[in-house]
Amino acid sequence: MSKLDVTRRSVLKTGSVAGAGLALPTIFTASSAAAYTNEPTGGTVTLGFNVPQTGPYADEGNDELLAQQLAVDHLNGVGDGGCLNTFTSKALKGNGILGKQVEFVTGDTQTKSDAARASAKSMIEKDGAIMINGGSSSGVAIAVQGLCQDAGVIFMAGLTHSNDTTGKDKKANGFRHFFNGYMSGAALAPVLEKEYGSDRRAYHLTADYTWGWTQQESIAAATEAIGWETVNNVLTPLASTDFSSYITPVLNSGADVLVLNHYGGNMVNSLTNAIQFGLLDKLVNGKDFKIVVPLYSELMAAGAGENIKGVFGSMNWNWQLQNAGTAAFVKSFGEKYGKPPSNSAQTCYAQTLLYADACERAGTFNPCGVGEALEDFEFDGLGNGPTWYRGADHQCFKDVLVVKGAENPTNAYDTLEIVEITPRAQVEYDPEHPMFAGGNLGKCNPGA
Amino acid sequence: MDALILQVLNGLDKGSAYALIALGLTLIFGTLGVVNFAHGALFMIGAFCAVTVQRLLSLSFVTVDETQKDFLGKPLKVETPYVEAWFGPEVGAAIIDWSVPLAIIFAIPIMLAVGFIMERGLIKHFYKREHADQILVTFGLAIVLQELVKHYYGANPIPTPAPDAFKGSFDFGALIGFDPNTIIYPYWRLVYFAFSAVIIAGVFSFLRFTTFGMVVRAGMADRETVGLLGINIDRRFTIMFGIAAAVAGLAGVMYTPINSPNYHMGMDFLVLSFVVVVVGGMGSLPGAVLAGFLLGILESFASFSPIKNFFENWLFLPSIDQIIIYLVAIVILLTRPRGLMGRKGVMEE
Repeated sequence: MSKLDVTRRSVLKTGSVAGAGLALPTIFTASSAAAYTNEPTGGTVTLGFNVPQTGPYADEGNDELLAQQLAVDHLNGVGDGGCLNTFTSKALKGNGILGKQVEFVTGDTQTKSDAARASAKSMIEKDGAIMINGGSSSGVAIAVQGLCQDAGVIFMAGLTHSNDTTGKDKKANGFRHFFNGYMSGAALAPVLEKEYGSDRRAYHLTADYTWGWTQQESIAAATEAIGWETVNNVLTPLASTDFSSYITPVLNSGADVLVLNHYGGNMVNSLTNAIQFGLLDKLVNGKDFKIVVPLYSELMAAGAGENIKGVFGSMNWNWQLQNAGTAAFVKSFGEKYGKPPSNSAQTCYAQTLLYADACERAGTFNPCGVGEALEDFEFDGLGNGPTWYRGADHQCFKDVLVVKGAENPTNAYDTLEIVEITPRAQVEYDPEHPMFAGGNLGKCNPGA
Repeated sequence: MDALILQVLNGLDKGSAYALIALGLTLIFGTLGVVNFAHGALFMIGAFCAVTVQRLLSLSFVTVDETQKDFLGKPLKVETPYVEAWFGPEVGAAIIDWSVPLAIIFAIPIMLAVGFIMERGLIKHFYKREHADQILVTFGLAIVLQELVKHYYGANPIPTPAPDAFKGSFDFGALIGFDPNTIIYPYWRLVYFAFSAVIIAGVFSFLRFTTFGMVVRAGMADRETVGLLGINIDRRFTIMFGIAAAVAGLAGVMYTPINSPNYHMGMDFLVLSFVVVVVGGMGSLPGAVLAGFLLGILESFASFSPIKNFFENWLFLPSIDQIIIYLVAIVILLTRPRGLMGRKGVMEE
């Protein structure tokens, strides 16, 4: 006869093991029947669009969402097909992805890392999203990229410009189409040298988080390489609204260029403050004072109004580009929504099509197969010219635009003019470049 | 020296905004005993009154210009403001240019009405409730108001420039013997400072030199006795709520050329304004104004990079610009628990 020996200690032990097992998130304990996380079994496949729908970047996020919905339309054969007609890969036929109708769910990142992770997790766990696309902040992108890596789904980043996204924080399941801080510096510096000369003293105001730090480092390195001196770099809190007390020290610093490493509302306010203090009317060291905004967006330009006139910056893409991919996308987007798309909208649209195309070429939704199809993929026809998705760090390489605020805008959308299309070769760098070092892609994680 | 003078000037305009918001907060707390967390939202609504006036004045009719193309290559739709059609291009453009000062006329009745509706419709039901309940309901109201504004105006900042006549900067340096262009200050910020001074003086004069003000002050000191004298003190306090809302709203209207308004701007000011009220002394109007300017100037100095670097490198306190107000608040409350000019018995058992 066996004796059941139940002690307090054994109950606690068993209970804690069982509790730990039950507490494990379901995304990390996928069913053994599935080959990978959220393997589609019915006639549909679900994509997760994680964008800021509330918070300071909500307009940017809503523009991204419009583009993502347009991409789903085109994938399902609705509308004029947009860039499916110009994309050099002909794998997409307008019949969904691998024959499955595309559906989507949306999440609100609120431009907060914890909220973005929670919404991405919910879309993966509850809605069965097989890919997450979106984001308008590098902090958010890096946080969600880490989550997708652990969950075993692909992350197709939206607007994220920090070097770290495909540098020290790169992940095998994460892919970035957008350009980065290093590329902005490499594209801007020669134009700045041509316009303002090589004997300049630059004062940086920098948003105090990952994107600001890496952009400042990149722009300072690029401008110092052309002979400029970096006089000072002041970190400003992300929550700042009035930058006047950061601007006034610039007046007597001996600097003749102010570099605003700010984005969104920060940039609108700091630029407005700088103009109010008459920086652009000043003559320093015998030269006209200048302002540079390394990363521009159309929505920021609209917010800054006439203050951006003549101010140089860089962009990933602009609706005024003259190529077949741009024309097709602008026509589809413009006819559906009555306005031209922003560059954050374009990157999300391109990423959604690139993901779908990679699934078709790989013949599977398995993240490892999709990742392999994206790595070192060369394509054209999505609006940016010939583009290479480098396998070593999952960073896209393509031409970068140097733009400046339009001097004489003719309509509400004519806020920026393209100064130069910097060729891809000029913005390329080694995967082991010091600004990107320290990270490791690791191995693709299929989840299940 | 020139840099220090500039930081003081900077602090004055920031302090002006804090003082105006804190003044309204203190008025409401002193009269109705309500801790109004929706006061920042009133500042924001004032700013959006300016945006609304700008949009109303810019209402346009559309004509199609066949000679120009839009972004889709179709004939361009050209918008011409009605005011330019009615009054001629120059006068019409000038009217639009002066939309922010004109918005003051629009904002006063709107803000009085918003204050009245807010007080009669919601806040009066919480007079006898705990301060925690008042904070929760007014904070909830602030979120509702800002989400409504975001829904109708979007999340992006909306440029609302000052009239052309106030663009550019005043050269203080040249005036007081420094090199030209070393101490310059934007005209509109000077206007904002002067405007704040006038509003603050107006509120104090109203309370000090009018019978209405005298009754309100008496009611703030002893509500019951004033009521026993047959005076309807509640009605006067409701009017004071409207006036406090109007002060916050006007502060918002005039602030729009300094920073483009967005739906979140009220929240950005709210917490700091409460610190200002506490440092100044709960219920003290002069305390609110004094603390507003004091903390505005301190915040400005803390953002000055040599001072910021000193704190970071020598005192191991990074980002002093973000915490200075709270540090000073702690020190003041430890040494003067009722704040700088607080009255005995306010918020005390």
